[in-house]
This record gives sequence, C-alpha cells and structure tokens, in this order.
Amino acid sequence: MALSRLSSRSTTLLQPLATTSLLRRRHISTDTTPITVETSLPFTSHLISPPSRAVETSSQELLSFFRDMALMRRMEIAADSLYKAKLIRGFCHLYDGQEAVAIGMEAAITKRDAIITSYRDHCTFLGRGGGLFEAFSELMGRTTGCSKGKGGSMHFYKKDASFYGGHGIVGAQVPLGCGLAFAQKYSKEEAVTFTLYGDGAANQGQLFEALNIAALWDLPAVLVCENNHYGMGTAEWRSAKSPAYFKRGDYVPGLKVDGMDALAVKQACKFAKEHALKNGPIILEMDTYRYHGHSMSDPGSTYRTRDEISGVRQVRDPIDRVRKLIIAHDIATEKELKDMEKEVRKEVDAAVAQAKESPIPEPSELFSNIYVKGFGAEVNFISPLETTLSFGADRKELRATLP
Amino acid sequence: REKMWGILRQRGIDGGGLSLRRTRSASVSARSYAAGSKEMTVRDALNSAIDEEMSADPKVFVMGEEVGQYQGAYKITKGLLEKYGPERVYDTPITEAGFTGIGVGAAYAGLKPVVEFMTFNFSMQAIDHIINSAAKSNYMSAGQINVPIVFRGPNGAAAGVGAQHSQCYAAWYASVPGLKVLAPYSAEDARGLLKAAIRDPDPVVFLENELLYGESFPISEEALDSSFCLPIGKAKIERQGKDVTIVTFSKMVGFALKAAEKLAEEGISAEVINLRSIRPLDRATINASVRKTSRLVTVEEGFPQHGVCAEICASVVEESFSYLDAPVERIAGADVPMPYAANLERLALPQVEDIVRAAKRACYRSK
Repeated sequence: MALSRLSSRSTTLLQPLATTSLLRRRHISTDTTPITVETSLPFTSHLISPPSRAVETSSQELLSFFRDMALMRRMEIAADSLYKAKLIRGFCHLYDGQEAVAIGMEAAITKRDAIITSYRDHCTFLGRGGGLFEAFSELMGRTTGCSKGKGGSMHFYKKDASFYGGHGIVGAQVPLGCGLAFAQKYSKEEAVTFTLYGDGAANQGQLFEALNIAALWDLPAVLVCENNHYGMGTAEWRSAKSPAYFKRGDYVPGLKVDGMDALAVKQACKFAKEHALKNGPIILEMDTYRYHGHSMSDPGSTYRTRDEISGVRQVRDPIDRVRKLIIAHDIATEKELKDMEKEVRKEVDAAVAQAKESPIPEPSELFSNIYVKGFGAEVNFISPLETTLSFGADRKELRATLP
Repeated sequence: REKMWGILRQRGIDGGGLSLRRTRSASVSARSYAAGSKEMTVRDALNSAIDEEMSADPKVFVMGEEVGQYQGAYKITKGLLEKYGPERVYDTPITEAGFTGIGVGAAYAGLKPVVEFMTFNFSMQAIDHIINSAAKSNYMSAGQINVPIVFRGPNGAAAGVGAQHSQCYAAWYASVPGLKVLAPYSAEDARGLLKAAIRDPDPVVFLENELLYGESFPISEEALDSSFCLPIGKAKIERQGKDVTIVTFSKMVGFALKAAEKLAEEGISAEVINLRSIRPLDRATINASVRKTSRLVTVEEGFPQHGVCAEICASVVEESFSYLDAPVERIAGADVPMPYAANLERLALPQVEDIVRAAKRACYRSK
C-alpha cells in the first residue's frame, strides 16, 4: 500500500482531499455518528435482567478508547522501567491489561460520579483527568506530584474529579466508597459512587458490612470487583469458596462483565449507574487480567504460567480488541493507529523526562498537611516551648510549630 | 413519652431515667440559686453540644449503634432522632468496621459525621479506618482530602464490666499524627470540646467517661451559649498550687482535686492540671507549671507502659530537667487486664490515696 502511495504521489494532490490520510483522520476523530457494536460475550446476571449486548459507540469514542488505553499502557510500562532503575521506590502495582475497566467506566459516567479504588490506581487517576507529569512526579517522590510526593504510588487523588484515591489497605476502600455514596444521597446529588476492589479483597468482612448498610439505606453504590483472578499470588479458586463474585452480594443484584471489552464495561457501568440511582447497590464483576505480577516485587510467573499470560495477551488484550474494531469499521488504518501509539510513547517519554527534572520536596514539607487547622490555642510561650509542635527524629534538633 | 421513660427505667438502663429526673430537678433548683449558678450533667452537656451543632450545620449527622430509636445506649443522643429525623440520626447494625468506614467516606465527601462507639473497646474493630483512612488522609493527599469526622464514646474503666470492656485508648490514639484526641472532665469541658471537635476540619477522637455522664457540674452562662467553644490543645489549670504539679485527664481530674484537698490539709499546695487535650498535648502549660513547682505527678486510668503519663514525664524531663527537684511520678492503672471482682478492680485502678502518696513522695514527705 505504501509503495502505491509513493508512485502516485503526483496524482495524490489531484485526488479528493477526503482520501489523504491526515485529513481523513481529522474528519473521523470528531465523528459521533452512532455505531452499534456487540459485546464479546453476553452479560451474566444475578437477581436482575442484564442489559443488551448491543452497545452504542462512535468513531470518536473508539479512537479515544484506543488512544487513552494506549497511554495508560505506555505509562505502566514506563513505570516498570523507572522502578527497575530505582527511581520509583516502595510499592508499585501496575494495571496493564486492565485498562478497559478504567476507560469503559469513564465513558459511562461523569466527573460528579465518584470513584474510589485500591492501590492499583495509576490508570484510574489518568481516567479521571489526572496528568502524566503529576503521576510520574508522584511516583518519583517529587514535589510536582499529585500528592506533592507525600503519598506515592498507592495514594493518588483528584478530588475535583471526584477521585478519592488510591488506598493501601486491602478492602478499606469499600466502606469508604459506600460512605461517598451515602454523602451523595444525603446531599441529593443524583450521582453514584463506583468503588473498585479486587478478587482478593472480595472476601473482606468489611465489604459485607458496608454492603449490608448500603442495601439497608439504599445507597447509590456500585461495587466493582476487578477480578484479575489472582490475589497477589493466590489464585481465586484457592481463596474463595465461591468465586462467582457478582453473586456474593446475596440479596444485592450483580452482573458479570468481560472486563477486557471496553464497550461491555461501558454498557455495564451505564446500567449500574441507572440502577444504583433508583434501587441502591449493585455489584459488577469485571473479568479482567493483569500482565504484570501483583507489584514490581512479584515476577508474576511463580503462580501462573507464561503461556497463560501470553495467551490472554494474544486473545483478549483490550487495546487490540479496540484496534480490530477500528480497522473493521474503517475508522483508521493500522498504520495510523501505530502512529498514534508512537505519539503516545513520545508523550509519555516527555512526561517522564520532565518529572525526572522536577524538584524533591522541601524539608519543611515533612510537617505540612498533618492537620488542616491549627489548634486554636494561644501559643503559651515559655521559650522555647510552644503548644503546637511536631518533631523530627531528634526532637531537640528538628521540630516545627504547626500553623 | 412518659410511658417510654417508665419502661426504660425498669430496664435499668444506666442513667437513662435518671438523667431525665436530674435535668428536671436541676432546672427547678436553679431558680432558687443565685443568678449565674447553673448546673449541668456531662450527659446533658454532650447532648446539648451535639444538638446545637446539628442545628447550626446541616452537614453534621450522627451515626452509631442505638443512637436513634433507643435514644442512645447512654442517652447521650436522647431526643435527637425526634428532633432531626432519620436523615440526620442513623442507627447502624453492629458492624463497626463497616459503619466507621462509611462515616470516613462521608467525611471525605465533605459531610461532618459524629460516629458513636458504644465504648471505645469496640473501636478496635474499626481502628484501621480511624488511623489509615482518617488520620493519614490529609497528609497522604497533601491537603486534598481532609476528614472532618468525630469519633466519640465512653473510654476507659466503668464499673465491673471486666477486661474486654475497660481499656483506655488515650495513649493509642494520641500517638498518631493526624488525629486530635480530646478528653473532657467537666460539663463545660464536654460542651466546649465537643462543639470544637464537631467544627474541626480534622478527625477527632473524643474520649468520654461513662461514670462521669451522670455527674453534675456548675456551668457558666458563657458555656451555655450556642457559640461556646473551647480551644483544642489547651490544658486547664483546675487548681492553682506551688509545691507539686498533678497532671491528668477525664475522671482522674476529680480524683486529683480530692487528693489536692487532702494534701492541703498536710500543708502541700498541689497544682492540678486538667489536660482536656491529649493530642496535641499542652506541653507549654505542663512545663510552665513544673518549672514553678519543681515536682510532677502524672495520673491516668490506662495501662502504664507507653501511656499518656510516660509521654508527659518524658516531655518534662527533656524540657525542664534542671527545674526538677524530684523524680517524676506516674500513677496509672495496674499492669493487668481489668478484673471483675470489686476488690481487685479497685486495686487495678488509681485511687485518691495513690495520688496523695505519689505527691508526698515527690515532696520528700514519705518513703
């Protein structure tokens, strides 16, 4: 195809503008004419009638899915390299393979709907509108990070987009998410909260405590189990007597979704939001997969075979699914998509480079944000004693008056 | 309504019917007192504080076991459900981890929950949410997510409730940066500190005492005003003295004042400090007092190892060493799980004579 283009270069200019590749892309990326696509699999449901397999989308949406998922994928791969280069320390839990869940969800909801998730939060942050530079800065502990370097990989937040983190304690985010839903109902916001957790967290007692209250009080909570089939190194069949996570709500309806199909995720989330606003909690089980191990300390191959990992990558990769859809619907060519991926790679590399140059926090930041408000007590001075103190390791050397 | 109170009195709910009687008699007898000389129980002080704050701010709501229809396990939330309705007062199932997490999540979103633990012993079921979800969030998010929540309830020993229901959590919670920890003694403390806690944008652990709920204290007109608030982080000097400083909080303040009376009979003038705030600790007031008296006795009901007293002693030794004329003294609960038998329980808790003895030791008046 390339050769024929070269040889007909002189005639290209005479051809209708619509066929030149650059303009064709511009034309398509704003095309919102509905395209209907069937999900890969039908939805399986518990105590509810499932939504239709036919999902409405558009060229614009499919291209944005592709680009955004490619960006997320690139970001996670870059984080892998940075971790190996020891620029990222501590814990680093990567999401590559699971991008469709973040992307499909965003397509179905608004920024007034809240999301709260576990420590595998980098891509969720991006989906909520977070920036690559803020993400990489945070991972590398720089003051330009989304939590000013004070949180780290597991503690990304974006409150203005209703993203409440980023939580390190397995399962804690579920009651917190039900609390967010409580606040939305209390304040009559007509919005819902999506609270994401993994198959490992699905057995946590506090989840059932929160679900009970959410069901009793009709809270607009959507519990989303991102079932990647492994809780750290423990496969689901070894940790759950019943790995049908979408049914574990008992009296709460549930839906099982192909989590590698962004359109299925979108359909399910749209359905769940409508349900939760009227009827209270619902559980979505996203059947998904992570290519990396549990975290960067886990090779991910001691408890599963490399064949399994590469098998999923070949058959179910979320980005490849959208790529095939785009090509099949003649929205863009394979080369155009590859070019898009190259652009994305450049964008990520630029953000990494910029983040690497960013400053580390000032020592005084050790003592900032412990509290919002000072203590309202008049400082009772017996120099050098002050009322509102925090201390460093050697309290006679390093102390701060909290404002 | 009378019938309801009758039933509750029959059940022998601790202080239930009693408080109603007390309130009535207080308001009757107040008329015969001199102007400005009102009394209020700690229970009524707490109830009125929550009531006023709920009235002033629609974001404040109450959540916990039996806080609504039952009128509160210890009647602290009496009348609130009737006044504000089920959308402001929530009865929860017996699931501390779940409902505490829900409270913290609601606070993330900007509401102002007042979460009741029936006793702080049960807070251990939810301690991950108090520490990891609430205390640390403002720091981890560099100021994006603040948590304006109050965790309140009775703390420490009651009477004959045994080992699992008698622990004091002041030292545990006060060790955590990001929390504020308050411990009222009097009715004025209860009102002023709880109102301050509810208004505070940070998570506050509010440690009450079951045995103080029914106690009456004189209360000023100023403290009865709905705008009344006490500063967080400031201790109160309950009694001025010059020979020895006794520092304590909650119920032990009453014991320390009694000890001070006894010491005065023997010519020892004790200064009694009511901490009011365990975190932040008012080190300035404590040290200023010790620099004046040169002697320190610290008192608490909780376990002695790594207790609040240990922190106060360390602070004084570090900051005011050259002012001390005697070793610092600690009076604390016995280093044992709380026994049930009444005589053993008495031995397990500080008594007035223990405080007197320690003060005399500090003054070199006894072995």
